[in-house]
Amino acid sequence: MKKLTLEQKLYLNGFRPDAESHLKIRDPAKCRDCELKQCTTICPVNTYRWENDQITIFFEGCVECGACRIACAECGNLEWQYPRGGFGVNYRNG
Amino acid sequence: MADRGEKFDVIVVGAGPAGLSAAYVLAQSGVNVAVIERGDFPGSKNVMGGVIYTQPTAEIFPEFWKEAPLERHLVETQAWVLTERAAFKAAHRHEAFDQEPYNAFTVFRSRFDKWMAAKVREAGALIIPETVVESAIMEDGKVVGVRTGRPDGDLYADVVIAADGVNSLLAQNVGLREEVPPDEVALAVKEVIALPRETINDRFQLTGDQGATIELYCDASWGMVGTAWIYTNRDSLSIGVGAMISQLVERGVQPNDLLEHLKSHPMVAPLLEGGETREYLAHLIPEGGLRAMPKLSTDGMLVVGDAAMFINSMHREGSNLALASGKLAAQAILRARKQNDFSARSLSHYDRLIRDSYIYKDLYKYRNMARFFETHPEFFGLYPDLLNEAAREMLTVDGVPKRRKQRSIFWSALKKRSPWRMAIDFFKAWRSIA
Repeated sequence: MKKLTLEQKLYLNGFRPDAESHLKIRDPAKCRDCELKQCTTICPVNTYRWENDQITIFFEGCVECGACRIACAECGNLEWQYPRGGFGVNYRNG
Repeated sequence: MADRGEKFDVIVVGAGPAGLSAAYVLAQSGVNVAVIERGDFPGSKNVMGGVIYTQPTAEIFPEFWKEAPLERHLVETQAWVLTERAAFKAAHRHEAFDQEPYNAFTVFRSRFDKWMAAKVREAGALIIPETVVESAIMEDGKVVGVRTGRPDGDLYADVVIAADGVNSLLAQNVGLREEVPPDEVALAVKEVIALPRETINDRFQLTGDQGATIELYCDASWGMVGTAWIYTNRDSLSIGVGAMISQLVERGVQPNDLLEHLKSHPMVAPLLEGGETREYLAHLIPEGGLRAMPKLSTDGMLVVGDAAMFINSMHREGSNLALASGKLAAQAILRARKQNDFSARSLSHYDRLIRDSYIYKDLYKYRNMARFFETHPEFFGLYPDLLNEAAREMLTVDGVPKRRKQRSIFWSALKKRSPWRMAIDFFKAWRSIA
């Protein structure tokens, strides 16, 4: 079957993105010292990207799974919340 | 106390199988229940592999198969041990599985949970969608309600049920649960791939609404502790793979790449050929088992379903444990209501009900399994290789006598691992699941 890129797959999902991110980095400087930068690999939708020496959060495609929350729990630099009620991913199948 | 928010008998946080099951049982007994759901509607945020079992579901919703939105009833279960180029397959099919009430069905959570929620509403519960619970409201160390993200959004209840899923921020907020470590939770990603019904029936040897499932191991999760699956829906396949977060992080594997690796496997790709991806989903699966089970009750609160880590990964069971735990929570609350006592001591009756149920007994049975396989990677690499190579050798007709083939299989296996080590591995593996 035709291989889709991750970006193409995300177009298939239903989203209602909020204006502001529900995910926040507490201290961006701290991420510079993070060797693994696991948030950039563990997220199934590539929410976190290392750009210009800092983490940029593309929260609009977040599917609210919580993988980053678990993977980054140890250093406590990620403020993880659910999107506000009515916002975020809307699965048609699930 | 005049401007306190509205008071219910029970507030259920999360409209998944666990929360809806609890709410249904309570509402049927005339209890004033509110179910708070953060999605647009119950089911819109919910994800699972896709199989529900009839008996545990019918315990809550009798004869649900006559009206609920279901995909296919399962007549066949397959297990494949994959290596890079091969598959060792086992399958079981039984005519009994083809008869009502059927043993299991594939479903889409967003449709099935919506249906369950409608039943719960009919029974008299109030379902409040598009609402996030931010924290529990505590008074004198007791849970007395929840603070929602809505303006003036404080709601009160005698008991709050934390049915908010694997991430359960609520149970954590109240201190019933610690942060889950990355080696006790798996991340699963899944795609729904549309295919014509006849194509699915041909490829899986099915007729009508018959369905089949395949569980795939070893190379399916790139040698990490995990499993993959392919389930047949009416007009689509659900294909997914899950692996421990600790191992995904360690190897720097992007979950979507893991799924693409599975989809392109030479044994898997032909099943998907011509299909079109319709949705891409991700969800966490609590794999810590008994070790990760939180405190289940406290003053004014109970924890159910994924929030309580009720998952039997060996048997791909989760939604049934969720439904069952929801019902037991409801029973404990009905008992507490009779005594008008919602203290930790009174609600700990729920702990006892869980302990006496198959939920606890199965968690106990497999309590060492996850850790065993995490520390024995040979079960995901070396042993599947040996198995598939042995099968290939014995099935290759090339003029070499079979006895010599057996000997060469035996010696090449011994070169890779001593018989003593192998015996210990398999004994321990058996012990971890026996």
